[in-house]
Amino acid sequence: MNDPLIIREIEFKSRLWVGTGKYKDFEETARAVEASGADVVTVAVRRVNIIDRSKENLLDYIDPKKYKILPNTAGCYTVEEALRYARLAREAGISDMVKLEVIGDEKTLFPDVCGLLKATEILAKEGFIVLPYTNDDPVTAKRLVDAGAAAVMPLGAPIGSGLGIRNPYNIKIILEMVKLPVIVDAGVGTASDVSIAMELGCDAVLVNTAIAGAKDPVMMATALKHACIAGRLAYKAGRIPKKLYASASSPIEGMLS
Amino acid sequence: MKVKINGLDMEVKSDSILELLKELGIDAQRVVVEVNLEIVRRDRFAEYKIKEGDSIEIVNFVGGG
Repeated sequence: MNDPLIIREIEFKSRLWVGTGKYKDFEETARAVEASGADVVTVAVRRVNIIDRSKENLLDYIDPKKYKILPNTAGCYTVEEALRYARLAREAGISDMVKLEVIGDEKTLFPDVCGLLKATEILAKEGFIVLPYTNDDPVTAKRLVDAGAAAVMPLGAPIGSGLGIRNPYNIKIILEMVKLPVIVDAGVGTASDVSIAMELGCDAVLVNTAIAGAKDPVMMATALKHACIAGRLAYKAGRIPKKLYASASSPIEGMLS
Repeated sequence: MKVKINGLDMEVKSDSILELLKELGIDAQRVVVEVNLEIVRRDRFAEYKIKEGDSIEIVNFVGGG
């Protein structure tokens, strides 16, 4: 199915986006990413281990020529920290994109939307393609677009919770209010959650823990790939309206008397 | 020369970023370097002189969501 998602002239072939955290090893990461069919992967910026140099590099397993690399600012609790991580990530020279996170609370990892808006504005002015991780609030989504975001990434549920799309109605309102791509980020637990997000009309879904934490990550990646395609097709096909009462599928005409 | 690298106090022989990365066995193409909160562009690694007491951060991409 040729149905690319385009963000600022970057063409994404896959609408399932995947993270690379929490895997057993890089080999498993590579196999799960491959099975997911994703052409974009998120990564984090962290200190190189200067004591133990035997550690391999993620990019030896995830080829930046094959995958679009989307660095995040995970773990940042202030605007200044998020800007620092985003700038370091861009300096690596493989992507101007940033999945911007400014976290406001340790327990829920919910975003600090005030900080997020400020950081979005600054990074957009610096030429970054800013994809902010936000909550499922439509007004915040609108403000992020005004601040220069290239897309918005509302959460379905808290990061790593696997609770699914807790507020599909808000996601639907975001889709109506925001004219830019909407990518559900966080909360997916299993295949049906991905389908629900895509059936609502979301442009893509980003998943990490649901795959990495599954008993069989490669099989789960395959399941989510299909769920994403199924949800997207169902959205495009146009579902029937919900009705309270039955309407027979077989004709009344021709019944025996 | 005493410097701080990734939060650790270290004694190093090198006086440029490029030499320092070699000394530490790190591939310069795979990392981003910040000295005293200022990013040092990769094309300046060879000419950039490290000073006593500098706080150096060497980062790369790791798995993340």
